[in-house]
Formats: sequence, C-alpha cells, structure tokens
Amino acid sequence: MILHEFLSFEVLRLIWWLILGVLLIGFALTDGFDMGAAALLPFVAKTDTERRVVINTMGPVWEGNQVWFILGGGAIFAAFPPLYAISFSGFYLAMFVILSALIFRPVAFKFRSKREDPKWRSRWDNVLVFSGATPALLFGVAVGNVMLGVPFHLTPDLHAIYEGGAFGKLFGLLRPFAILCGVVSLAMLVMHGAGWLVLKTEGAIAARARLYGSRAALVVLAGYALAGIWLAVGIDSFAYVTPPAPDGPSNPLAWQVVHGGSWLAAYGERPWIVIAPLLGFIGTAMAWRALRSGGELSPLGWSKLGIFGMISSVGLTIFPFLLPSNTHPDSSLSVWTATSSHQTLFVMLVATAIFLPMIMAYTAWVYKVLWGKVTEDQVTDPDSHSY
Amino acid sequence: MDIGVVELSRLQFAMTALYHFLFVPLTLGLSVLIAIMETVYVMTGRPIWRQMTKFWGTLFGINFAMGVATGVVMEFQFGMNWSYYSHYVGDIFGAPLALEGLMAFFLEATFVGLWFFGWDRLSKQAHLVVAWLVAIGSNFSALWILIANGWMQHPVGAEFNPLTMRMELTSFYEVMFNTVAQAKFVHTVSAGYVTASIFVLGVSSWYLLQGRHLALARRSITVASSFGLAAALSVVVLGDESGYDTGLNQKMKLAAIEAMWETEPAPAPFTMIGIPDQQARETKWAIHIPYAMGLIGTRSLTEEIPGINQLEQEAAERIRSGLVAYDALMTIQQDREATDAGVVATFEQHSDDLGYALLLRRYLDDPREASEEQIAQAAEDTIPHVWPIFWAFRIMVGLGMLFIATTGYFFVTTSFRGGRYPKWALRFAVLLIPAPWIAAEMGWIVAEYGRQPWTVDGVLPTALSVSALSVTELLLTLAAFATFYTVLFVIEIKLLLKYIRKGPVDDVQLTDDWDAKHRARLSPAEVRQ
Repeated sequence: MILHEFLSFEVLRLIWWLILGVLLIGFALTDGFDMGAAALLPFVAKTDTERRVVINTMGPVWEGNQVWFILGGGAIFAAFPPLYAISFSGFYLAMFVILSALIFRPVAFKFRSKREDPKWRSRWDNVLVFSGATPALLFGVAVGNVMLGVPFHLTPDLHAIYEGGAFGKLFGLLRPFAILCGVVSLAMLVMHGAGWLVLKTEGAIAARARLYGSRAALVVLAGYALAGIWLAVGIDSFAYVTPPAPDGPSNPLAWQVVHGGSWLAAYGERPWIVIAPLLGFIGTAMAWRALRSGGELSPLGWSKLGIFGMISSVGLTIFPFLLPSNTHPDSSLSVWTATSSHQTLFVMLVATAIFLPMIMAYTAWVYKVLWGKVTEDQVTDPDSHSY
Repeated sequence: MDIGVVELSRLQFAMTALYHFLFVPLTLGLSVLIAIMETVYVMTGRPIWRQMTKFWGTLFGINFAMGVATGVVMEFQFGMNWSYYSHYVGDIFGAPLALEGLMAFFLEATFVGLWFFGWDRLSKQAHLVVAWLVAIGSNFSALWILIANGWMQHPVGAEFNPLTMRMELTSFYEVMFNTVAQAKFVHTVSAGYVTASIFVLGVSSWYLLQGRHLALARRSITVASSFGLAAALSVVVLGDESGYDTGLNQKMKLAAIEAMWETEPAPAPFTMIGIPDQQARETKWAIHIPYAMGLIGTRSLTEEIPGINQLEQEAAERIRSGLVAYDALMTIQQDREATDAGVVATFEQHSDDLGYALLLRRYLDDPREASEEQIAQAAEDTIPHVWPIFWAFRIMVGLGMLFIATTGYFFVTTSFRGGRYPKWALRFAVLLIPAPWIAAEMGWIVAEYGRQPWTVDGVLPTALSVSALSVTELLLTLAAFATFYTVLFVIEIKLLLKYIRKGPVDDVQLTDDWDAKHRARLSPAEVRQ
C-alpha cells in the first residue's frame, strides 16, 4: 500500500496532534457539562424531584458524551502509543480513581431512580457527585503535571519506568501548580455544567445554577490568570537541543532534550498562539456575564469558547511536547517522536475523516430531537421514560 | 521482571474481562431481539409488541449500563497494566480499538439514550431506526474488538521495526480481514444471540409457569426460539470454523484443547473425555472418537496434527533462531545509522522468531546468555495448562448442543404443536438461563488462557508485556475491582429480578385479541387468570 504517501509523515503527525486536540476538547465540551452538572447536583437541586430533573437533563446524552473520552483514549492508543503506554501506567492509581468514577457513573444514572427508598437515592446521588467532580479535578492535575514534567525514563528497548513507590507516584502528582490546574479544571467544568442546566431547566434549579456557575467562572478567571503568571516566573520548560526530524522513526531516545527556560518562550516564537489564552479569558468572562444575567443559550455557548481557548492554550504552549520527563529529559515524548507509523496514521485519518463528521451530524440531530427544558411535570409523569 | 506483577496483572485482566463478558453477550443479542420486536410492532401496529419491546428494553438498559461501565475499564487497562504491550503493538492493536469508538460505540451510545427517551418525541418509524442503529452499533463494536483480539491470536499484516523497537502495520487490509478475526466475530456474536434468546425464553417460561403476562410471554418465546435456534446452529458451525483456523495458526492451542501429547497418525481421533496429566504428559481414561479431530482440525483425513511434545521441540528450534535475530537487533540498536547490510539481512531472515527469544527474558535480561536448560525451560513454557483448556472446551461444546436441542424443541412446539409447552420444558428453560454465560466464559478461557504464554501469538510473551508497576499498586486495584464488581453484580441481579417480577408496566394482554382467538388452546393454568 503506497496510498499513505499522499501525505508526508510530518503532516500526518501534525494532523493527529490536531485531532487529539479536537477529541479532548470535544470531550470537555460534551461530557464536561455532564460532569459539571453532576458535581453541582446537591447544590442546585434540593428535593428528590429537582434532583431527578437535573439527572434527566443528562439522562439521554451522557452515554454518547462519554464516548468522546473513550475515543480520546482510543485515539491516543492508536496514534500515540508511547504516550498511551507511559501516561496511563505512570499515573496508575490516579487513573484508577478516574476509572472508578467512570464505573460508577453509568450505574448511578441507571439505578438511582429504580427504587423509592430515599437512602438508596441519596447514596447514588453522592456517587454521581463523586463521578463528576473527581475526574474533572484529576484531569486538570494531570495537565499540570504534564507541564511540570513527570519522572519517567525509557530503557533502550523502550520499556517505560516511572520513578517512585506506589503512593509516591500518586501523591507526587499533587504538586502545588498541578493542584491549581486541577482547581481551574474543576471550576471550568462546573461553570460549563451550570451553563447546561440554565439551558435545560427552569425556576429554582436554573437560578441556583446561575449563582454557582458564575462563582465558578470567577474561580476559573482568577486561577487561569494565576497559572499564567506562575508559568512565567516559576516553571521550567523543555526544549530540544537540536530539532528532531519530523519524519524520523518514533523513538524519543534518538534526540536530546534540555530542561530549563520558560514555556512562555513559545509566545515569542509563535506569537499567533496568543489567541488561545485570549479566547480562554474572553469566553470565561462572557460566560460569567451570561450566567449572571444572560439568555438561556449564551452561558453554555460562551463557556464552550472559554474551554476551547484554555485547552488549546496548553497544547499550543508545550508544542511539540506531549509528555516531558523531568528526571530524564531525553525520554520526553513529543509529536515528532511518539506517534504510530506513517501507515497507521494514514489509515486512521481516512477513517476519522469519514466518521467524525457523521458522528457530529447525528449527535446534533439527537440534541435537536431532545431540545427543550426538562420540567418537574415531565419527570413525575408515570408514563415518562425518565430516570 | 517481577513475576508477582505478571501474575497479578494477568489475574486482574482475566477478572475484569470475564466480568465485562457477562454483560456483552446479552447486550449483543438483546439489542437485536428488541429491534426485531419493535419491527413487528411498527409493521402490525399492535400494542402488545410495543409492550414487549419496552419490557425487554428495561432489562436491556440495566444490563447495558453495566456493559458500558466495565467496558471503559478494559480499554484503559492496556495502558495501565500492559504498557510494554501497548508500546510494542499499539501501532496495530490501537487502530481497531479506536475504530470501535469511532464507528460503533459512538453510534450505540448516542442512540441508546434517544431510544429510551425518544418514545414520545419520534415517529414510530424513526424510533425503529434508532433501535436498529443501537443493535448495529453494538454488533459493530464486537466486530472491531474481535479484529483486535484476532490479531493477537494470529498476527498478520505487521512487521518488527528495529528503529522503533515495536511491531508496525504493513497491511491494514490483512488485519481487518484476518480469517481468525472473522470466524471469532461470527462465533461470538451468534453466542450473544443465543444468550439473549435463552434469557428471553427462560424469563417467558417463568411467566407461563406463573400464569402471568401470557400474551407477552408466548410471543417472546416465538421470537426467542426461532432466532435462538438459528443462532445456536451458527455458533456451532462457526465454532468449527474457529477450530479449523486454530488448527492452521495456533497448533499448540489446538493440541491443548485436545490434550494430544504425541503426534497421532492422520486422521487423528477426537478425545471425548479424559483426565489430562501434564506432569506425565498423558491423558488418562480417555474415550476417543476416531477420525473426528483430523476432520475438525485439518478438514482432511490425510494431514497430521502435531502433538504437544513435537510442538515443544519446534519451539526450541525457533528460540535458537530467535536468538540470532536478537543478536542482530542489538547490533542494529548500538549503531542506528551505520549498520552493515549483512546484519540487517540476518535480522530480517530470523525476525519472525524474535518473539521466541523474548520468552527467555523471563529468566534473564540478555537472552543471548541463556543456557541449554533455560532454552528447554522456555520451550516448555510454550505449553499452556492443558486440563482447564481441555475441560472448558468440552463444557462449552456440550452446552452448545444443549442450546440447539432446547431452542429446537421450543421452536417445533411453537410452530407445529400450537405452543402447548409441557411444564417440565418450561421449568427446564428457567433453569437453563445461566448456562449461556457459563458457555461464553468457557469460550473465553479456551481462546485466551489457551493463548498463553503469549499476549500476541509468537510475537510477544505475556511476561514481558506488563507495566513497571509495584505489587502494592496491583493488589490495591485488584481488591478494589473485586469489591466494586461484587457490589455492582449483586445490585444488578437484584434489579433485574425486581423488574422481571414486576413485569411489563402497562399490561395490555386482556385487550389483545390474540388471546381471545387462541384462548381455547391455552392450558387450564393459563386460562385461570
């Protein structure tokens, strides 16, 4: 098969880096509001009926939304196998906590309203809050750690060794900058979830969502700004000694990396990327305004823009790095050294080009069919199909 | 290499996979059965079929949630627990997994929500299309997962790249149309249809025994027995196809299934039952069926099927050949740019056996320093544990035959005897409900335990595939998984039983004219209510 030579290895790698961004942002924009709304559950909904309203805003869509996460994982596996192998085994116990959230979320949705017992229901409500808040927090912590660099190295036959004992590896993730990133991430998804609830609910629930959502938006603004300052003054970046060959074999050990300098140097080299943090600030600020006194659709819309800007800013700032190593910088993974082969990237690109637009089209159709508010009357109607 | 880590990783994978596989077959089959029922509803417009669709749909939903929850774990385990595997074969194995998400799981998960919540928002026809999209999605999921698994059983379309130290894709076409994957797909999907059919048949039989929801139960039996019979027959035919492929590609697995220690003169007999003794390398009290194994394994009466002892000798040869490849690889590694053509040629000549040299990594860091005993030990390692595979296979096949008999009996009784099911048959059908799960789990054991010591047959040994984790981390997660899964299993079963006991929400049976017309033929117990 020579078809794949239509696109050079370098271009394919770049395209896959973009697709990875699309999938992660797609995950944050769709499942992000499920996680945020679940985290808000006890704050915005006081009675059982109110809680069922909140749960039923997500009921028909969270399953499809979660596939963005699964697909993100699949895409990392297929397009960046070294990244998949090293990050998931390195963040082992943290990943396990995220997995627990994802194990319990589907069952909590499905099982919560299947029994009348209030104890049973409040137990599952707690599970839902855990399943929404924990991943939101930990994904941010993970991103913070990526920017700081993580302690791993590769043996000559590319076995990944992550330093530290079982708990050292877990608690080692909780460095101050990473915790700040976790807080920003949690607040960001809470803001997004509030935007969703403003759109899908009415009355007291929507009013509370506006209140908590706008507070979260302020936390995002402050935390994101603080993280930017922190990056400028207190965090070392990574850089290649000589630029790696963009079409070379995927073997990080063939290139030398130094640890030092500032990530913000990227803004000198590629000034246009400043648009990403700007969108992050503008989107979040506008989401704050819209949550305080805007229409029903605008909070969700603006928070989407803010999230898009913030996630892109991380990717663009650390480009071409994906996962730097702070103990053995030469083992660092980047777009040029940690992808699948030319042929795999091409085959996967063809499949993505066909199916991703289809997915977006039918997802849009499903949201259109389900358009409208979820009301208390609907969920209490015995003939309804709600949770 | 810490052997504790290897064993614990394997245990964790086996546990989570076997558990996930409790929900998958029912999802596969029930999604199709429900779509069939809804099709009848849309075509005839009769409310009873809508009621059936919704009732089985509720049970489907409870099961589906567990399938999703445990499926996420499977995907991330490769990276978490099998990181060297992920690096070594991610270039090939990751693709079908990502395609599963892209083509199948997105479809299934997006529309399953709409299916439940869309009854009042969609036209009948549109809702039916959604039902079929869910069924197609779940079946396509199975296709991609089994293409990925099929590649581990029979790795085609890939070669080792010494510069990246991993396997890389050479032909996606070969990976996709791998004969092993295709046979496994149809076998597994049919097994899912049988599982759902036996489940529907059993629950409906229970209703008949109780004299409840007769209209729903009778129609459900009609659908389940006919669909189930077709599926049960295809499971066996395609299982046989799988056996043939195993004979071609995984000779050691076939020999273990058969507990065939010595190469028998063609055509080999099939051992019905016996007690395999791995130490003495013999099978005690064996009862043979002449010729059968030769026919299953080779489709001929003249080809030999190699026995375990002979295959072990061949493995030792391949280890020696693999060591030549390994030595050349190390030379290439040391001087990436200027390796002379002779070394590269030597490597390529022996690279197919590289995986066999890696078997020695379990015993020492540099396989080139292996002693003769270590080589002999590594060759012996290629023999899987025979008795579990031998027995799992026989239980699976035996149950398969039982499913054909049961669905066949109900099909005949429904079609030609006016649905007068005797009580013993109904009771038997209730008792049979767990059997398809046992068969499916046995099938998993034959396929996956029988693949040991390889994660990818002949390419990458299991012992080398693990992540650099500590025993503490593994014990912790293993205990947590065991706890979560036990709790969820109990809840799931309780909920299923609750909804089965409750039955359909809006009981339309009395308004249905079918009953009135056929009332004369019902048994006294049924007429009573």
